[in-house]
Amino acid sequence: MSTNNLSYNEQGGGAEPAVELGQESTPTASGSTAAAGLFSTDFKKNEDLKEMLESNKESLKLEAMKRIVGLIAKGKNASELFPAVVKNVASKNIELKKLVYVYLVRYAEEQQDLALLSISTFQRALKDPNQLIRASALRVLSSIRVPIIVPIMMLAIKEAATDLSPYVRKTAAHAIQKLYSLDPEQKEHLIEVIDKLLKDKSTLVAGSVVMAFEEVCPDRIDLIHKNYRKLCNLLVDVEEWGQVVIITMLTRYARTQFLSPWREDALFDENSEKAFYDSDVEKEKADSKPYMMDPDHRLLLRNTKPLLQSRNTAVVMAVAQLYWHLAPKQEVSIVTKSLVRLLRSHREVQYIVLQNIATMSIQRKGMFEPFLKSFYVRSTDATHIKTLKLEILTNLATEANISTILREFQTYVKSQDKQFAATTIQAIGRCATNISEITDTCLNGLVLLLSNRDETVVAECVVVIKKLLQTQPSQHSDIIKHMAKLLDNITVPMARASILWLIGEYCERVPKIAPDVLRKVAKSFTSEEDIVKLQTLNLAAKLYLTNSKQTKLLTQYILNLGKYDQNYDIRDRTRFLRQLIVPNEKSGALSKYAKRILLASKPAPVLESAFKDRDRFQLGTLSHTLNAKASGYLELSDWPTVAPDQSVRNVEVMEPQSLERQPSTRGSDLFAYHLLVLLCSDSDDAKEKKRPKPKLDSVSSHSKASSSSDNTASSGSESEEDTDSDSEPEQKKKKKLSSKPQVRQILSFALNCGCKMCLCVTAFQVSSPVFVPPKSHELLHRMSGKGLAVSYHFPRQPCAYSHRMVSVQLTLTNGRDQPLEDICVGEAGPPGIAIHRFATIERLQPEASITVSMGIDFNDSTQAANFQLCTKTDQFSVSIQPAVGELLMPVTMTEQDFLKEQGQLTGMNESSVTITIAPDSMSSQPVGRKVVSVANMGVVPSSQNSIHRFAAKTVSSGSLVLSSVVLQEASTAKLVVNTEKTVLGSVLLRELKTALSQG
Amino acid sequence: MIHSLFLVNSSGDIFLEKHWKSVVSRSVCDYFFEAQERASEPENVPPVIPTPHHYLISVLRHRIYFVAVIQSEVPPLFVIEFLHRVVDTFQDYFGVCTEAAIKDNVVVVYELLEEMLDNGFPLATESNILKELIKPPTILRTVVNTITGSTNVGEQLPTGQLSVVPWRRTGVKYTNNEAYFDVVEEIDAIIDKSGSTITAEIQGVIDACVKLSGMPDLTLSFMNPRLLDDVSFHPCVRFKRWEAERILSFIPPDGNFRLLSYHVSSQNLVAIPVYVKHNITFREGSSQGRFELTLGPKQTMGKAVESVLVSSQLPRGVLNVNLNPSQGTYTFDPVTKLLSWDVGKINPQKLPSLKGSMSLQAGASKPDENPTINIQFKIQQMAISGLKVNRLDMYGEKYKPFKGIKYMTKAGKFQVRT
Repeated sequence: MSTNNLSYNEQGGGAEPAVELGQESTPTASGSTAAAGLFSTDFKKNEDLKEMLESNKESLKLEAMKRIVGLIAKGKNASELFPAVVKNVASKNIELKKLVYVYLVRYAEEQQDLALLSISTFQRALKDPNQLIRASALRVLSSIRVPIIVPIMMLAIKEAATDLSPYVRKTAAHAIQKLYSLDPEQKEHLIEVIDKLLKDKSTLVAGSVVMAFEEVCPDRIDLIHKNYRKLCNLLVDVEEWGQVVIITMLTRYARTQFLSPWREDALFDENSEKAFYDSDVEKEKADSKPYMMDPDHRLLLRNTKPLLQSRNTAVVMAVAQLYWHLAPKQEVSIVTKSLVRLLRSHREVQYIVLQNIATMSIQRKGMFEPFLKSFYVRSTDATHIKTLKLEILTNLATEANISTILREFQTYVKSQDKQFAATTIQAIGRCATNISEITDTCLNGLVLLLSNRDETVVAECVVVIKKLLQTQPSQHSDIIKHMAKLLDNITVPMARASILWLIGEYCERVPKIAPDVLRKVAKSFTSEEDIVKLQTLNLAAKLYLTNSKQTKLLTQYILNLGKYDQNYDIRDRTRFLRQLIVPNEKSGALSKYAKRILLASKPAPVLESAFKDRDRFQLGTLSHTLNAKASGYLELSDWPTVAPDQSVRNVEVMEPQSLERQPSTRGSDLFAYHLLVLLCSDSDDAKEKKRPKPKLDSVSSHSKASSSSDNTASSGSESEEDTDSDSEPEQKKKKKLSSKPQVRQILSFALNCGCKMCLCVTAFQVSSPVFVPPKSHELLHRMSGKGLAVSYHFPRQPCAYSHRMVSVQLTLTNGRDQPLEDICVGEAGPPGIAIHRFATIERLQPEASITVSMGIDFNDSTQAANFQLCTKTDQFSVSIQPAVGELLMPVTMTEQDFLKEQGQLTGMNESSVTITIAPDSMSSQPVGRKVVSVANMGVVPSSQNSIHRFAAKTVSSGSLVLSSVVLQEASTAKLVVNTEKTVLGSVLLRELKTALSQG
Repeated sequence: MIHSLFLVNSSGDIFLEKHWKSVVSRSVCDYFFEAQERASEPENVPPVIPTPHHYLISVLRHRIYFVAVIQSEVPPLFVIEFLHRVVDTFQDYFGVCTEAAIKDNVVVVYELLEEMLDNGFPLATESNILKELIKPPTILRTVVNTITGSTNVGEQLPTGQLSVVPWRRTGVKYTNNEAYFDVVEEIDAIIDKSGSTITAEIQGVIDACVKLSGMPDLTLSFMNPRLLDDVSFHPCVRFKRWEAERILSFIPPDGNFRLLSYHVSSQNLVAIPVYVKHNITFREGSSQGRFELTLGPKQTMGKAVESVLVSSQLPRGVLNVNLNPSQGTYTFDPVTKLLSWDVGKINPQKLPSLKGSMSLQAGASKPDENPTINIQFKIQQMAISGLKVNRLDMYGEKYKPFKGIKYMTKAGKFQVRT
C-alpha cells in the first residue's frame, strides 16, 4: 500500500521511550527491527514459547498460543514459530485448535511450504460428522492463501456446496470469494457453484451466496432470474447483513429488468403541478399506453418495505436507496421518516445518512420539508455534521419557510466555531440567489456582518456579497463604497481580491473612490498575495480605460511592478494588459476593443449545492460518500426502454430437463429415475399388444394413464423435494416395479369390457393443421457447405412414408459456380431415430435450388437427428433438432371428450404453470395463433371465452397431448399441458409459456 | 468487504490489529493519523477517509477509534453498523470497552472477531450465538478452567445459528422466571433565548431484560399505540402483527436487548419539564462578565426532576469564573473553557441557581455570542409522551413469570441558547 511511505513510531505503548527510535518502513517486521532492547526481550519470549509448544502439556501449549495471539494482535512478527505451531493443528483441545487456526491464517501466506503440512488435517475434518468442525475446517482451508492448494479448495467447495448443513453451505459461499481472489482463473467453475447455491432455499445461505455473486460475477444477471422471486420472499428472514447485500443487488437487477415507473408520474413532480391542469398534456397521456408495473417489481417494493423498521441502520439505508432508485415518485417519501430516525444514531451513521439526504433533498424538497427542524444544528454536533445539516437546510429553503431558516442561520452566524459561521454565510448567499424575494434582506444582513470582529466571517461575507451584487448590481453603490472602506482592514486575500474586483467591475458607479483604492493597493502591491495582485492589475486596467486622466500614472506604475514580479502568471497578465490598453504602433486591432473586452457584462455566478452531481452514484454507496468512483463500484444502469422478457423469472414446477443439464451425480440419478417412471407407465409390452388394434389405442392409453396416475401423482410431486436423499429413488424404483402387475390387471380389465368402451370412446381424427407461415431453419450454411446451402422447415403435413414420421422439407441451393452432383443422405444416427431419405439429386445447377422432403421418426423426443449430406466430392454432417411442437399432429375432438381425456391425464401427466400474459394476447384470437404457431395442435371448440383448448397426438407413438389456457384476471393465465409423455409435456409447457408471455 | 481492523487509542497508538484477508500494512493508518491531526476535536475526524489503495472507515467510541480498512465498494453504513456492533459486543463481554479491557482479554477479543467475520463478511453478530461459541470470561470460570483444563470455546454449532429464531438459544432454564421492560424516553429540544421552544421531539426505547425458561412467546400491547409514529424493532418482533393489530408479538432473546425504538409523532406538543432563567452578559471594555442561571421544573406531573447536570462551553475569552451555586458543585476547566454544574435534584420550593462573575482576558473584545447551555436530567416513573403499556402476556410455556415495567424520561440533546 503505502505510496507515501511515511515512517511511523512503533506502537509499543508510551511507557517505553526506546520505541520512539524504532522508525521503519515495513511494519510487518516490527518485532524484529524495533529498538534493540525490545528486540532482545521479544527474542527471548519466542524461545520459551517454542519450548512450551513442544511440551506435552495441553495447558502449556494453550498458554503459549494465547501469548502468540497476543503478539499477532499487537502486530508483532511471530512467524518463526510456524513449525512449532503447525504441529498442533490436529489438537483435540478445541480452543487450542482455534488459536492455531488464527495463527495459520495469519502466516500461511508467508510460509507456504510449511502450511501444506496442515492441509491433510483439514481434509480429514471436512468429513467430520460435526457441522461446526466441517465448517471451520473449510473456513481455514479456504483462508490459507497458498496457490498450490487451489484444486483442493475447489473440490472442498464443491463438496460443501451440497452439504446437508446450511451452515456449511454458507461457509462454502464465503469460500468462493476467497478462492476467487486467490485464483481468478477458477471463475467459471465458481460460477457453477454460485448458480447451485443461488437455488438454495435456506435463509442462512442466501446473503452469503449473493455476496459471492456480487464479488465474482456481478454481470451474470441471468443467474438471478429464476431465483428472483425466491430471494424477494426470503428477504425478511435473511440475517441483516445478508439483507443489505441482497437489496443492493436486487436494486441493480431491477434497473435492468423492469420498465421505469417514473414515466407516467412525471406529472406528479412537484415542479410541474401546472401540467396537471393542462388538458393537452392530459390528452397526450391518455393516448400513450398506460404504464403497468411488473408484478415482480411490485413484489420487490412490497417485500422490502417492512425492513425500513429494521434496527440495523445499513438495512434501512439500503431499503431507502432501493425506493429512491426503483419506486414510483409518489411512493418514495415513505422512507423519509425512517431516514430521519437514523439521525438519532451514532455520529458516523448521522454523517452518512445526512450525506444521502443532502443528495435526495436537491431533487425532492417535499420529502424532507416537514422534518426541517430535525436538521437544526446543535452546538455539540461535529463540524462535518454541522456542514451537512446546513447544506440540507439550504436545499430545503423555499419562499414559505425561508424566514424560519434565516432566523436559524442568524444564530449560527454567531457561533463560536468561526469556520462554521463562514459556511453559514455561504449558505445564506445560496438562499439569497435561489429565492429572489429575500436577496435584499440577506444583503443587508451580510453588510451588517461586515463589521464583525472575526476576519474569516468578514472575508466570507465579502465573497458572498460580491456574488450577490453581481446578480443585481443596479442599486447597490453604497454597499460597494462600504466595502471599499473595508479594504484598509481586511487581510484575507480572497476577500481583498473580491473587493478589488467589485470596484473594478462597477468603477463607473463609484468614480471618486475607485482611483483612491487603486492608489492604496499600488502602495502595498509588492506585499500582496498573488490573487490580490492579479485583481489589482485588473482594477488598474479597467480604471485606465474609464478614467485614464486620473489613473494613467498609477496604472503605469503598477504595470511596471507587475512586469518584474516573481510569479509568471502576473508577468503574463501584465504583458497582456499592457498590450491591450496602452495603444502603440505594435498593438493590433485588439486594443480597439479593449473596453468591450474588459468591461463586458459578466454573467452572475450560480451558487450551487456541492451535492449537485452526487446523484450520479447509487445512494448509500461508498462512491456516493466520497463523490468519486470507488474501486469495484457497479454502475446502476438506466431503465430499459423496452421491457425485457418477464417470463424468465417464472419458475417451473417440474423440470427434468434442467436436472439433466446439471453435472451433479444426484441430478442425473433423478433424471434416470424420471425416465424409469416414464418407462413403467409406458409399459412396452402393453404397447405392443395394442399396436395392431389402432382403434383401441386410446383406450389403452387411458387405462395406462389412470393406473399410473394413481401412484405417480404423489411421487411425481415428491420427487422434487427429495433431491437430498440418494436412497429414495431406489425405493421408488422398487415401488414402481411392484406396481407393474397392477397395471396389467387393469389393462386386462379394460380389455374385457373393451367392446363396451369402444362404443363410447371415439378414436380422434387427425385433422388438417392450422396454417402457420412456415419457419425455415438453417441446416447447412453456404460457407461450411462449400457452396451448398441447405435449409429445412416442417410443413406440418402427415408424412407420406410412415405415419410415425414427421415430414421435413429441405431446400437445397447451389451457391457455387459449378453444378453439384449426386446429392444424397449418407449415414444417419443416432439409433432409435429412423430417417426416410430423399431420392438422390443427380445434378444441381449453379444458383438453382430444389426442395425435397424427408421423413424422420424422432421417437417423440427432441433429440436431434444427425445424418450426413453427401455430394459427389464432399460429406457434411448435419443435424435436425425438432421443436417439440413439430412432433405433434393436430386432432379434433369435442369439448366433452377433451375434458374426459384431461381428467384421465392428471397427476404426474399434468404440468401447469401460471403465466403473465402479454396484454395484447388477452383476446381469443392471439392465444390460438400463438399456441398454434409453436405447436402443431388442433383447436378444440370451447364454450367459454376465457378458456382455450388444444389437442394433438404425438406423431411417433400417437399419445394424446392436451393443452389448455385459462385466462384469469390481471393478465395472468393458467397454462396446463396433459400428456403421458411427461418430458415432452414439460418442454412443450415451457415453449408455450414463452410464446404466450411475449408481447 | 472488511479487510482489516485497527484499534487506535486517543494518543494515536495502534494497540490491536486483525486481518481477515491478506495482511494490510499498518502504515495505512498514517492517513488516518493525518486526518486526526487536522481535526480540532476527536469527533471531527471524518468517518470515511480515502487513501490511494484503500478506504478507511472509522468509528469513535469510548475514546477508541475502530478503523476498518476497505478495499472496494461497500455501503459505508454496513461497515459503520458492524463496527458499532463490535463495540457493543465487547461491552457485553467485558462490561466496559476500554483499551485496558481489550488488552487484558486479547485472546477472547481475537476469538470473537474471528467468529464475527468470515472473509470480511459478518458471520455471527447476535450476542446469544456468540455467547454459545465463546463464553464470556468471568472470574469463576477462569478459575475453573485453569483447574479442569476446560475452555471457553463451545464445541457445538450454536442452535440459534440454524433455527428460525437465531437470536435465542435453546434450553434456557431459570429458577426465577422474570421479564422486565424499561420504557425510556428522551427529549431532544432546542430552547431559544426567550424560553420558547424552537424544536422538541421525543424519542423512546423499550429495553428489555428477559430471563424466561424455554421458548416463551410474548405479546405486549399499549394503551395508546397511536402515539408511536415511527418504530424500529429487534428482529424478533413480528412485523405483520404490529401492522395489523399494533401489538408487539415476539419470542425474546435471552437476556438484555432493545425491543423497540420509537419516535413520538411530531403533531403532539412536547411538554418541556424544566425551564431555565439565565442572564449572561459581557460588558464592552470591562474584563468582567455576569453569569446568572436558575433552573425550575414545569409540566412534570408532580414527579421530581433528578440527576440534573448543566454544562456549557464558555467563550474563549473567559479566563476564569467565580460562581456561587445554591446547591451542588460546579467545575470550570480553564483550558477547554467547559463549565459544568452538577445540580442533583430540583427542589420546587428552593430553585437551584448559579450566580457569579466571569473574568475575561484583559483588552480582548467582548465575545459576540453567548454560550449554549446543555442540560441533562432524569425523571423517574414517567414517560413524557404519555405512552403506557397495557398488558404483557406469555404463551407457549406453562410457568407464571414475574413481570415488571418501568418508565423513565431523560434529556437527550437538550440545549438552551442564551
